[in-house]
Amino acid sequence: MVERVRVKAMMPPGHVRAPAYLRGKQGVVERPLGAFHNPEQLAYGLPAEKKPLYRVRFRMDELWGDAAENPGDTLDAELYDHWLERL
Amino acid sequence: MPHDHPDHTHDHDHGLSPSGHPYRADNDEPLTYWQRMEIAVRELLIEKAKISPAEIAAQIEAMDARSPANGAAVVARAWSDPAFKARLLADAGAASREMGFDIGPLNLIAVENTETVHNLIVCTLCSCYPRNLLGLPPDWYKTREYRSRAVREPRAVLREFGVDLPDSTRIRVHDSTADMRYIVLPARPEGTEQMTEVELANLVTRDAMIGTGLARTP
Amino acid sequence: MEGHDFALWEKRVDALMVLCGSKGFFTVDGLRRALEDMGEDAFEKHSYYERWIAAVNQNLIEAGVYNLEELGARMEEIAARGPTYGEAQDG
Repeated sequence: MVERVRVKAMMPPGHVRAPAYLRGKQGVVERPLGAFHNPEQLAYGLPAEKKPLYRVRFRMDELWGDAAENPGDTLDAELYDHWLERL
Repeated sequence: MPHDHPDHTHDHDHGLSPSGHPYRADNDEPLTYWQRMEIAVRELLIEKAKISPAEIAAQIEAMDARSPANGAAVVARAWSDPAFKARLLADAGAASREMGFDIGPLNLIAVENTETVHNLIVCTLCSCYPRNLLGLPPDWYKTREYRSRAVREPRAVLREFGVDLPDSTRIRVHDSTADMRYIVLPARPEGTEQMTEVELANLVTRDAMIGTGLARTP
Repeated sequence: MEGHDFALWEKRVDALMVLCGSKGFFTVDGLRRALEDMGEDAFEKHSYYERWIAAVNQNLIEAGVYNLEELGARMEEIAARGPTYGEAQDG
């Protein structure tokens, strides 16, 4: 089953592992990667619980619109569950 | 744009190291602020018994020993042994360890190039790289130019590396944003059916395993 | 030229980064955060290993491995050892 997700569009300051160019963009879960300690806590030397991490695949036209070189090319990135909204 | 160093044809006449790289002016240059910081940090760590000089020496030696030849051996094995290839694609870390490569705690994913798919690796946040398998990243991999353009216009970037792909080939860019590191399993070139694993490994360039190049044809 | 053999001081920065990480003095995430906090123009002004030694130092200070007074005094002392890295590298 294809799971569609959207990366949260919020832009808090500080160390965030969801790249800015993917915020607000929609993609599909390519595979779950397991759970990893939350880097947004680790970055400040704080205790970090494990959070599910996913590889999410985006189409280039979703990311860059008409500027995409080839709309069907894709970009995969690793995103934490707490940055994803299910669609 | 750059090439793998075995392809270098220019400026080989002055001051190159055995690996084909220019020597760096180093110990004789004026001491910089950042070099002073390195010396100070290292000495304080040693004095406080946090790290020993032997550990530092061993770490540098281990780093120097890693090179794209390690990754090339893994690729050649995958080309030669379908069962190994299946294990590599299922868990690249475990498959690499099986060949004796110490890849540390790295979570490694191998992505396969085929007739219809071409993979390209980048890290837009910093410069994550499968260093335990390929050694330290080339300078261009760490530039802001590569990191920003690879995700936005991978085809243009690839053309500058001499890789011109038809529109029918699907490009898959992989941004190493978190805990995974990626290595490209290049497509096996035509006309290599009779080659040994060692001969095959010689066709596998560093850039082919990043995706900015293809394996050499014999 | 696209590549170079790394200078000794750069290899030492790399080794310190890996060793301190494996000993738990900081995480890669802490290093990345320190790099980002240097601001966008740090990428233009400083080389790769200059940025990394700054990030390593920042994290070690935060972890309390040594303090700023110790760092400052040591860097002064090192400057007095000689004008080149070769002369200053070992106390």
